Amino acid sequence: MTRPHTEPQIQIDSPANQDYELVYKRPDTLVDIPMHYCPGCGHSVVHRVLMEVVEELGIQSETVGVAPVGCSVFAYDYLDIDMQEAAHGRATAVATGIKRMLPDKYVFTYQGDGDLAAIGTAETIHTANRGENILIIFINNGIYGMTGGQMAPTTILGAPTTTSPKGRDVAIHGNPLKIADLLAILPGTIYVTRQSVHKPGTVRKLKKALIKSLELQQQKKGLCFIEVVSNCPSGWKMTPVEANQWMEENMFPEYPLGDIKSPSSQDEQ
Amino acid sequence: MAKISGTVEFNIEACKGCELCVEACPQDCLAMSPDLNHKGYHFAVLIDDTCTGCVNCALVCPDAVITVYRERRPTSSRQPAVTSEAAI
Repeated sequence: MTRPHTEPQIQIDSPANQDYELVYKRPDTLVDIPMHYCPGCGHSVVHRVLMEVVEELGIQSETVGVAPVGCSVFAYDYLDIDMQEAAHGRATAVATGIKRMLPDKYVFTYQGDGDLAAIGTAETIHTANRGENILIIFINNGIYGMTGGQMAPTTILGAPTTTSPKGRDVAIHGNPLKIADLLAILPGTIYVTRQSVHKPGTVRKLKKALIKSLELQQQKKGLCFIEVVSNCPSGWKMTPVEANQWMEENMFPEYPLGDIKSPSSQDEQ
Repeated sequence: MAKISGTVEFNIEACKGCELCVEACPQDCLAMSPDLNHKGYHFAVLIDDTCTGCVNCALVCPDAVITVYRERRPTSSRQPAVTSEAAI
């Protein structure tokens, strides 16, 4: 582990001054201000894990992010790297331009389900089909969080939202859109995976997936897509602990975790 | 096998009281304080000395308010373990 061993703001009676060594602290690449997300929101966990990866790989000055519209619209305030805000749904198109002009930079987009799977579906699919060397981080919480909990394309069947108060009905609203499975069949994608951040083990797996996708981007292998099945305690009207439990019981059967497409499985074909 | 000892520090003013760290702690040594921070949230506190510094709480903390420490081991420590000898 080559984590920089800089000390955080330590009080005089801090354990660091005694016989304790620092094993974990907030990454320096995450701006030290409180994030605006609701208590228990998965967005901030993904922000933190992403910045841990950037810090550990030492690519802070070589990483360019594209922020979406949605709850994570202020991502550029929190991630201490070069960031660009995109119009609603067009983050992958903006990232395409950045990557083509600056091919040696690590470029990623960070998008929610309303941004990527609803208004930005066309941009997402065509970017994946062109096989741009970027990383797409897709936060799927099955709801429009910022605008007040409306139904999203990824809302699971039966889930009540403000625009489907009796639950999503397939006859009226159609089926949930599994965008990761859609992108996996395109030849331009190299790595498509679905992860989560509700348990310590799943956070570790997400970190490994992020490192792997940035390495693949460096090798110019193609587009990497990481879907993070996340929660929305405010939109689902639950406590964070209840929301994570509900997510495990209801979201995971619809969106099973794991790699959908990875380079090793493709090489075997 | 020697017991691993750790401890955690919370940035209580940034804690939003989501209780995910309490759920994640395998030693059940975290709890929500009855007091409130300036934003009006019950913040997380360490209530027991059974912490092993396993980092689980910090991994699930959405607001990255947790700093984790683990007791220095004499073998892994760069400094000579004078203090541990003195303790014996």
